[in-house]
This record gives sequence, structure tokens and C-alpha cells, in this order.
Amino acid sequence: MSDWRNRETRDPIARKKARHLSPPARSRAMHAMSARAAQGRFVLQKCCDCGEITYPPRDACPVCWGELTWQDVPAGALVLSETTIRVSTDLYFRDHLPWRMGKVALDAGPVALAHLHRDLATHDRAEIRLMLDRGGNAALFAVPPNGDFDMADPQFREFTVPLKGKTVLVTDARSAIGQAVVTALHKAGAGLIIAGIQAPGRQSDTQLAALQLDNVQSMPLDIVDQVSLAEALSKIAGPLDLVINTARHVRAGGVSIGSNPVEMRRAFEISAIGMARLAGACAPMLAGRPHGAFVDIISSQALSGAADQSALSAAEAARLSLLQSFRHEMRSSGVRVLSVFVGPVDDEDHQTMPPPKVAPARIAATIVDALQQGREQSCVGDVASDAMARWLDDPMLYAREKNL
Amino acid sequence: MSRAPAPYDGVVVCAPTTVPYVRFSSESAHWWAGKALKQLSRDTGVTSADIDGFCFSSFSSVPDSAVGMTQHLGLTPRWLDHLPTGGASGVMAMRRAARAVQCGDAELVVCVAADTNQIDSFRHSLSTFSRFSQDAVYPYGFGGPNATFALITDSYMREFGVSREDFGKLCVAQRANAMSNPLALQRKPLTLEAYLGARPIADPVHLFDCVMPCAGAEAFIVTTPEIAAERGLQAATIMATIERHNAFPEDPVQLRGGWAMDIDTFWNAAGIAPGDVDTLQVYDDYPVIVAMQLEDLGFCEKGKVAEFIQNNSFDLNGDLPLNTNGGQLSAGQAGAAGGFQNVTEGMRQIIRQPLGDQVPDATISVVSGFGLVNYDRGVCTGAAALKALA
Repeated sequence: MSDWRNRETRDPIARKKARHLSPPARSRAMHAMSARAAQGRFVLQKCCDCGEITYPPRDACPVCWGELTWQDVPAGALVLSETTIRVSTDLYFRDHLPWRMGKVALDAGPVALAHLHRDLATHDRAEIRLMLDRGGNAALFAVPPNGDFDMADPQFREFTVPLKGKTVLVTDARSAIGQAVVTALHKAGAGLIIAGIQAPGRQSDTQLAALQLDNVQSMPLDIVDQVSLAEALSKIAGPLDLVINTARHVRAGGVSIGSNPVEMRRAFEISAIGMARLAGACAPMLAGRPHGAFVDIISSQALSGAADQSALSAAEAARLSLLQSFRHEMRSSGVRVLSVFVGPVDDEDHQTMPPPKVAPARIAATIVDALQQGREQSCVGDVASDAMARWLDDPMLYAREKNL
Repeated sequence: MSRAPAPYDGVVVCAPTTVPYVRFSSESAHWWAGKALKQLSRDTGVTSADIDGFCFSSFSSVPDSAVGMTQHLGLTPRWLDHLPTGGASGVMAMRRAARAVQCGDAELVVCVAADTNQIDSFRHSLSTFSRFSQDAVYPYGFGGPNATFALITDSYMREFGVSREDFGKLCVAQRANAMSNPLALQRKPLTLEAYLGARPIADPVHLFDCVMPCAGAEAFIVTTPEIAAERGLQAATIMATIERHNAFPEDPVQLRGGWAMDIDTFWNAAGIAPGDVDTLQVYDDYPVIVAMQLEDLGFCEKGKVAEFIQNNSFDLNGDLPLNTNGGQLSAGQAGAAGGFQNVTEGMRQIIRQPLGDQVPDATISVVSGFGLVNYDRGVCTGAAALKALA
């Protein structure tokens, strides 16, 4: 990996490269498809009456006019025809010409237009990934089947957050999650990893293996402290591509039973206000980058109040809400805002909790995967996945049964 | 199959009107529609009081439809229609107006298509064209119709063994035809070498496969033979028409158009065969669609179009004089008027009022429309056979 000292430098006088977005307007039905794509699902509409699978998104079945529902469908497809677009009036695509697209016959039934991976040609079998484009909307991307393909295809990279050679800030690198994330980023080829360490530094910090890796630079950072945050950001050599916010404050306690106002305040300061402050400070830096991204780790307790971790679930709910606002703000600059939901983690915060707990390394692996797939929302482990499924299915029921 | 359509007795079409196209115009669609009426009125003596039916087609008159046009242009029709069908709107306007006249709902219908083309209006109209385009086409490279027809062309060439040389022969013939048309925007001679050597736009579509968007207007009158005679207007009768929308939705790629569904109805009603046609004016947004119409209208067997193109000539004095004004590929594509210029040219050749050179001894013309790429294919198709009034 290249030495970070030789990296791209910031030039405050240079005319900034304008970042354009893929065309943004979509129908309401298409937004519903995008919401599912954000979870990494490949869905199409299915008729509740006759079972017809249909695409593009409609508001009535084209066969029997029945109601439509979303259904996960097989991802296989056959490439029917292809073209290389060399002229476009759209500013985003003009920046990325020539652009390959084609028509595919989906195994699920309908035909669709899709972005074509460079190794695909007419009559090839393909796998369809439903990915979010630069504008945050779902698009079909046809890749060679069996997951064995060149991720360096420049069109594919537009739908992902490449890590190779990038500068990444990890806000809390001292925690078990933080260490795992630093290690995973290093393995994935990140160019420079800024490892935030909350002051005061500890003797034991020097023992952390993750901080000893090449291209990892420790930096005093407390996102709750505005001065600390500003200082840390000002010391990063070169542009910042990616922020991974590992800072969190996990404590037990209820509202009227076992409440602890000090811990509650601290949870909000770190999870909600700190996250928002961090996001606000990094936004202009990320917005100037070709593949800027912000990743936040959120407790699945955010989905509904938990009586035994009320401060955590309230602060994480606030965090989720703020993150959604931030994501919306970043749409216009093409910066991807990713949320990674976690249940109990196998770390010092959850010492008294019985399994299942997720290993920090698994969280880190999910973050790397989410970046490489451009997946806006991920759940790590059974607890978080189960919570998300129940909440999506019936939020009112979930709120009740969670506290039974 | 449904019952045979009634013949178009007691109806004629006349007064083909073309307002000279320009590449870009700062005027509105309303202005262009007004110019069309002015020119039509000057040529025929028809005034607002004579017009009791009005049919309008435009992409750029937003927010106004035919309704807004009646007030804007001071018309008081008792029959009104608005056609959003672009390249199929000319044939459709004619057949709707014909039935209105035949049944007495109106007696003189003016059909107008008008579109402006301001700088950047092409990009703007593309991005708001249809919901399916917005959701499922433009996000994929924003290649516009070029990309959509590139995919169709790619499949069509593979499926039927059609080469770029075959398409080139059609484009070169149309350019040769355009050279006698003073109103054609592109009249520079085109050689097959230049066609083949042109830069790619969206493979396999190259520069001379694409039309040039422009501003313009077209109009014609549908009325009774008596009224046409009173006014001394050369007129043509309608032998047959067809229309179809969203044909063959099960075809994964559009390798045939709606004409193929209705072609027997068409020739039976017309009482002639393709060999009787003196001149053919087909919609030509891309040469692949021209080739498709040659097949689907029955001028050659499906899948044999390459051979047909190779064995025939398509210029004004050729075996099958095709798009004799140069078509949109050479004359320019004036939005919805592009779906009218085939009708006006077909009419002109048989009433002997051509813009350019006359097809020798032409009495029967067939015109064909194709419109509206809502998603991955043209949805609307239509065709009409016209015969000079004896």
C-alpha cells in the first residue's frame, strides 16, 4: 500500500470538481422498491390475485388489475441485448461515459433494462444486484453469476464505496468494535486509517494491535467535544473519504425503575448529539470526494423502546432519526450514508448478557461488505435481524412483545 | 377477429401544410400551431368560422392541450381531440377526424401537430417523458431514445441478419430524396461510406441513424368531397386505416410492431396489395423501425428485409419510393409533427403537390406511424392507405 505521506493533498484554491447525481425523479412505487433495495433485497411486484410478477413498478397488475405486493425474487437473468452509450445529455452520465447497459430477461419473468458489468455480453447468464445509484435510487446491475467478478469495473464502483487507498476516520478505535473495524479496513486495503482515541490516552492503548498496523494513525478524538473534533479533522493529511462512527454508550437502566440520568445524558451526548456534530463537521469534506460515505453503527434497540435499556434505546432512536435526516441532506452530494444495526455485542458493554452476541469482527466484516455492495442498511447477527424483521412486519406488536 | 371496418365513404383529406422547420426556435408550440393555421388559411381560404373540428398533437404545448389551443387560437369547434401519441398521431388524427366527418359530427376538421425546440428543451422533455422512462430507463445511462433503439437494433440485427450496410442504404436513399426538398434541414449528400464511418452514439446506433430534433408544424384538413371541391382543393380518399397500441407485450424485445397484428385487416379493407403502392411514407426515427415496417406492413416477408433492401431501390424514381421528402432522418424531427409529416408527404405525392420532386404517376400512397417509447419500445402504431380522388 502507498505511503500515506505521498497521498493527494488538499488544494483550497483549486476549482472543485462538481459532483453530479444520476437522474433523481422516481414514482412512489419505485421509491418503495428502493427502500427494499436499501436493505440489500432484490424484490419485484407480485399480483395478490393472479401471481403475475411485474416490472417496471406499477400501481395495478397489468394482467388482472389486482393489488401488487413486493416479493423477493431469484436474481438470475439472461442478457438479451447490449449497448454502449457514448452520448448523453445528463451531467452525471457525461462524467462516466461510455456507459454500458442492456436488456435482460429476468428468471423471475419480466424483462428489464440493467447496467451491464464490463465482462457481460449478449446471451450471457447474469446475476442481478438491486443496488442504489448515486442518487440513492434502486437500479438493476447485471454482474457475472456466482459472485466471481471484477469489482474494479468502473461502473460497478459507482454503486459501491471502494476502500482501496481511501482515507478513513474511525471515531472510537479503542472499543472492541473500533479495533475490529480498523483491522478489517486495513485488510481491505484502506490507504490511511485515522484511529480516534478518546483522551486521556491510556498506557494500554499502545498494546492495541490494531493501532500498530501500517497506515493506521492514532488521533485524540472525542466526538462529544467540539474542539477535539475540529482539531482531529484539521490534522488529517489529505482528503477524507469515509467516516465510520463506532462511538456509542451502552448502559442498562429504565425510566422509573433503575434510571440513571447521568448515563442517559451521556448516551444522548455520544449517540445522538455527538453523531450529529460529527456528521455536520465531516459533511463538506465527504461531499467533495468521488465516493464519500458515512457509516454509523446503531443498536437495534433504536427500533422500539426497551424497558431494561431505556436510555440506550431512546438515544439510539434519536441517532437513527438524525442519521435519516443526514442521509437526506447528503443525497444531493452523492455521499452514501450507511446504517449498520447491531444487537448485543460480545464486548465489555455486554458482559452480563447471555448469548447470542455478535463478535466485533463480524460487525467489522459487515461494514466492509456493506461498503463494497453499497448497501444502505445492514443488520449484523440474529438479534438485530430478528428485531428488524419483527419491526418491519408489525411495529406496534413489536413494541409490546419486546417488553413482555 | 373483429368485423371489418366500414369504408371511408364521403370523406377526403386535403391541404397538406408544412411550416418550414428550424433547428432551434425561441417560439412556443402555440406560435408554431398559429403559423400552421395561418399558412393553411392562406392556401385554402379556410377561416376560423369554417373549422368545426380540431385535432391537436404536441409535446411542448404544456400546460395547454387542445382545449387551451381553442381559446389561444380562437377556434369554436363542435368536435375536439387531443392526441398524445407522437409519431402515430398523424394517422390517428386522420382516422378519427374521418369518422367524425363521415358521421356528421363535424364537416371540416383541421388536424395540427406543432412543436418547438428551444435550446435544452430536448433534454428537459426527455427527463419528464413517461413514468416508466423515469423509473426504469433514464437512470440507466440517460441515453434517451438512442439507447432504447440501440438495444432494439442490436437484437434485430442479430435475429434477422440485417447489417449496417442495409440500414445505410435506406438512410442514403432518404438523403437523396431530401435533396429535392427545399424544406429538409439536412440536404448534404450522404454516401454509404460516410454513413458507415460516422461516430457511434449508442452502439450499434451511429450518427446518421439518428434524427435531428427541430421545431416545426404540420397540418391537414379532413372534410367532405363536396367541401373540398367547392374550395377547389386537390384531395385524396382514405382506402383503409389501422391502429394498435401496446401490441405483443409478451415479446421480450420489440422485433415487430403493432402493424403485424392488423395487417390483414388493412390490406383487405384497402382492396389492394403492397405491390400496388406507388409510394410509402413510414415513420423513421431510426432505420431499424423503417425496416420493421417494411416487414410488418407486408412489403416483404418477416426476416427477409435484408434481402428486400438489397434488391430494391428507395429513391424517388426507385422500385419503392420511400420517405420521399427525406423523412425525419433528413428533413428533421419536429416533435409530434414528425408523426404528421409522413401523412402530409403521402398526401402531397398523390395530389401532385410535392415539396420536392414528384414520384412519377403516383396515385396510391401508404403512410405509417409509430410512436411513444413509454418504456422499452414504441407503443402506438398505425397505418393508412390513401388514393388520389379520381
